Amino acid sequence: MSTQIPKQTEKAEETAETETEAPSKGDERRAEKRRRADERRRQREAEEAEKAAADENTVELRVFRYDPDVEGKQEPRFDTFHVPFEKGMTVLDALMYARDTYDSSLTFRHSCRQAVCGSDAMFVNGGQKLACKTQIGELEEPIRVEPLPHAEVTKDLVVDMEHFYDQMEAVEPYFQTNEYPEGELEEQRQTRENREKIKMSTRCIWCSACMSSCNIAAGDNEYLGPAAINKAYRFAMDEREGEDIKQKRLEIIEQEHGVWRCQTQFSCTEVCPKDIPLTEHIQELKREAVKNNLKFW
Amino acid sequence: MHEHDVVVVGAGGAGLRAAIAAQEEGADVAIVSKLHPVRSHTGAAEGGINAALRDADSWEDHAYDTMKGSDYLGDAPAVEALCKESPEEVIQLEHWGMPFSREEDGRVSQRPFGGLSFPRTTYAGAETGHQMLHTMYEQVVKRGITVYDEWHVMDLVVTDEDDPADRTCHGVVAYDIQRGEVDGFRATGGVILATGGMGQVFDHTTNAVANTGDGVAMAYRAGVPMEDMEFIQFHPTTLPSTGVLISEGVRGEGGILYNEKGERFMFEHGYANNDGELASRDVVSRAELTEVNEGRGIEDEYVHLDMRHLGEERILDRLENILHLAEDFEGADGLTEPMPVKPGQHYAMGGIETNEHGETVIEGLYAAGECACASVHGANRLGGNALPELIVFGKRAGHHAAGKEMGEAEIPTGRTGDWEPAEYEFEVDVGAVGDRGPAAADGGAVAADAEGLLEAEIERARERVEDLLSRKGRNHAEIRSAVQETMTANVNVFREEEGLKQSLEDLREAREAYTEVAVSDPSRTFNTDLIHTMETRNILDIAEALAMGALARREFRGAHWRKERQERDDENWLKHTLVSWNDGEPELWYKPAILEGEAKTYEPKVRSY
Ligand SMILES: Cc1cc2nc3c(=O)[nH]c(=O)nc-3n(C[C@H](O)[C@H](O)[C@H](O)COP(=O)(O)OP(=O)(O)OC[C@H]3O[C@@H](n4cnc5c(N)ncnc54)[C@H](O)[C@@H]3O)c2cc1C
Ligand code: SF4
Ligand code: FES
Repeated sequence: MSTQIPKQTEKAEETAETETEAPSKGDERRAEKRRRADERRRQREAEEAEKAAADENTVELRVFRYDPDVEGKQEPRFDTFHVPFEKGMTVLDALMYARDTYDSSLTFRHSCRQAVCGSDAMFVNGGQKLACKTQIGELEEPIRVEPLPHAEVTKDLVVDMEHFYDQMEAVEPYFQTNEYPEGELEEQRQTRENREKIKMSTRCIWCSACMSSCNIAAGDNEYLGPAAINKAYRFAMDEREGEDIKQKRLEIIEQEHGVWRCQTQFSCTEVCPKDIPLTEHIQELKREAVKNNLKFW
Repeated sequence: MHEHDVVVVGAGGAGLRAAIAAQEEGADVAIVSKLHPVRSHTGAAEGGINAALRDADSWEDHAYDTMKGSDYLGDAPAVEALCKESPEEVIQLEHWGMPFSREEDGRVSQRPFGGLSFPRTTYAGAETGHQMLHTMYEQVVKRGITVYDEWHVMDLVVTDEDDPADRTCHGVVAYDIQRGEVDGFRATGGVILATGGMGQVFDHTTNAVANTGDGVAMAYRAGVPMEDMEFIQFHPTTLPSTGVLISEGVRGEGGILYNEKGERFMFEHGYANNDGELASRDVVSRAELTEVNEGRGIEDEYVHLDMRHLGEERILDRLENILHLAEDFEGADGLTEPMPVKPGQHYAMGGIETNEHGETVIEGLYAAGECACASVHGANRLGGNALPELIVFGKRAGHHAAGKEMGEAEIPTGRTGDWEPAEYEFEVDVGAVGDRGPAAADGGAVAADAEGLLEAEIERARERVEDLLSRKGRNHAEIRSAVQETMTANVNVFREEEGLKQSLEDLREAREAYTEVAVSDPSRTFNTDLIHTMETRNILDIAEALAMGALARREFRGAHWRKERQERDDENWLKHTLVSWNDGEPELWYKPAILEGEAKTYEPKVRSY
């Protein structure tokens, strides 16, 4: 970010000053070494900034900033960063570059860099995306990066996930059965068809992009939401669990804030980075619930 | 201060299994993890879990394969425990609902994997790790096990007797990332480290950004030796810009590697005249780097992996996920162009020295998973052998920490048994610079009881955070990249005397630079600058021990290749490398590998396939 560069320079000078107050030999040598390193860095940064401004091959990122803790950041704002573009670069790569080069306080969750940990869902150019799975080359500039909508912002691009976790855990998200096969080292049998049926639903990485995109969830805080319902689907459709447990599962998802809230707007299905057919799964559970209720009529 | 019987640090496969096991034994257990459990890197594993499940297979064969794969640096009691218990653990996962791929008859599927004499790799599509991680987290939810997520553990709370073997671990101190506070976790039964890999020591890795080897470094500073750190597995086909893994499956299906001139170098330059692209991971990795070093790499960096000739139908049928990976993470279309690939750090065979129960030399301190070295992988890990390690040794550590009677371990820890000091003289200074850093055991905190010790450590950790936040100085990122650069240049796939020495010099400079590190974000809320700065200290400690071990070991064994001696030397080197921190003055020593198994001795043979 262009505005950050002079700031860092200031700090470097400050450091050099405080250091000279401690006059041992080693300290002096170190301070001198650092002064030179700082000088080099300053030069490099100035060059980089110039280059960035001149070079067409940089991308412009506008990133949402907010920190309840730090004066000057308590009012939400957008910062602009210019990042040199390389083929294959993702939004996450660009954010990491901006953080490591310009402003180390730029904050976002990330870990795996390969779309399996689910920690870097954010709002990129107006859509819920995993930053690590979104190619810069495919986006319009300037790229606007914001935290997930409909969630409380903790800081910069980090949102509070507690509510999402609570909903996930509300559907008894664990395997249940009343009988296991006898004999040592005996697995439960499952047909290939059945495994295929639940396959997509088991791919959820808890990124909460779907929840963030859902209008119903935005209006009804207690709505289980697409990911939690999908989790219920994953077990309800697993033939290893048995009928009585399926019964219990259907009751859970049929509650007031369950499947019937869904108005099939497909926004969740559109944003899911793991291509899970969420709306379809919700619809199927609705049908199951109806069938089930008829059975007991 | 929080108090539990057992405190598990880390919530990947090993941590979750350990927590479940401790709870099964009746312990009050808590998990402390810097990531929410489902964010752990176990979720990235694709290939599968080795387990001798079928009648035609046996744990003995699995053990034989593992020993041979380890280049005879595995310890038999650990290898045999792994192979014997993996089947019941895999069936346990199935009983917990894990969605394995299935055969026609409804049983779990298995497939062949490199170095295995039987197709015993049990899998769930190309997402075995994801399914395993989520299945175990579901059990943690079911059991109501307490999870403190987004808490970064800073250090262990350990007494400071002179001899590490006399020390006791009473808990950990951790930093609450969300709220910006330091607190202590007292563990009356034991602390289990399950902090995973350390790929961030290198600049190109398949590991997550969070894999900074924290547990290894913490245990090291508290007095536990790091074992066999020089043995690092490099994977030959990772995407250049991110390190995302392109599985062996592409080469298995017939994918071809080309250099810049369009030569099929595996054959044309004679790296593997028989197996070509299908030669073992280390051979292919070295071949690729040689091509690049000799000026035949593309953009002086990578080579091409081409699968276009397989045809769209076959690619879509068998390698669809590869297409997505190349497209999403590299912007390359595998159907119409070759994919860029280069070797990347993949797995650390070494780690915290433990015995086959997961115990370290410090009373009350355990380790399991990739951060530990029991050792089952020796000098080289077989594909599909890490995931079973998580569940077998996670469970064992959990049970032991919760007080289950498990008998005397056969693997000695610390300087007991036949250990020998290293003769090697390092020309560069290693170890602590000036102040001795934050380790619990190295001086300072002398307190009468566990509670007092914890209080003192919490106070120290608070001071450290305050200091980092208030001082002015260097950003950690440049120090981290200096470490990663020298490690990748000098301690990578190719290792030679000069380069290794250079790396120690560079690391010394980085250590000195780190004494001036400062965090520029003053925030108490989600301060990742602070977390990364603390992680960088861990990276430094590990990198140094790794380079020391690599410099001293003059032979070619498993993943460790030395220019000066390109063959295995059983006469002198059939032994584990250990590095002890020694209150800031690292010391290198050795102990013999244990090749005597329950019923037989594993005689070293030539490792050829
Ligand atoms: C791309 C890839 C593919 C792989 N494929 C296979 C395969 O097919 N088969 C196989 O057997 N192996 C495979 N492996 C290896 C295997 O997946 C790993 O070795 C294993 O998952 C590591 O598990 P873990 O539980 O030890 O650590 P992780 O799953 O990495 O978990 C570490 C945990 O520790 C926590 N943690 C770390 N530091 C701290 C701290 N300071 N404070 C608090 N918490 C902390 C983290 O939050 C995390 O929860 C693969 C590895 C990779 C990278
Ligand atoms: S269903 Fe898809 S969008 Fe929703 S949390 Fe899971 S992976 Fe994310
Ligand atoms: S970083 Fe893990 S999903 Fe993007």
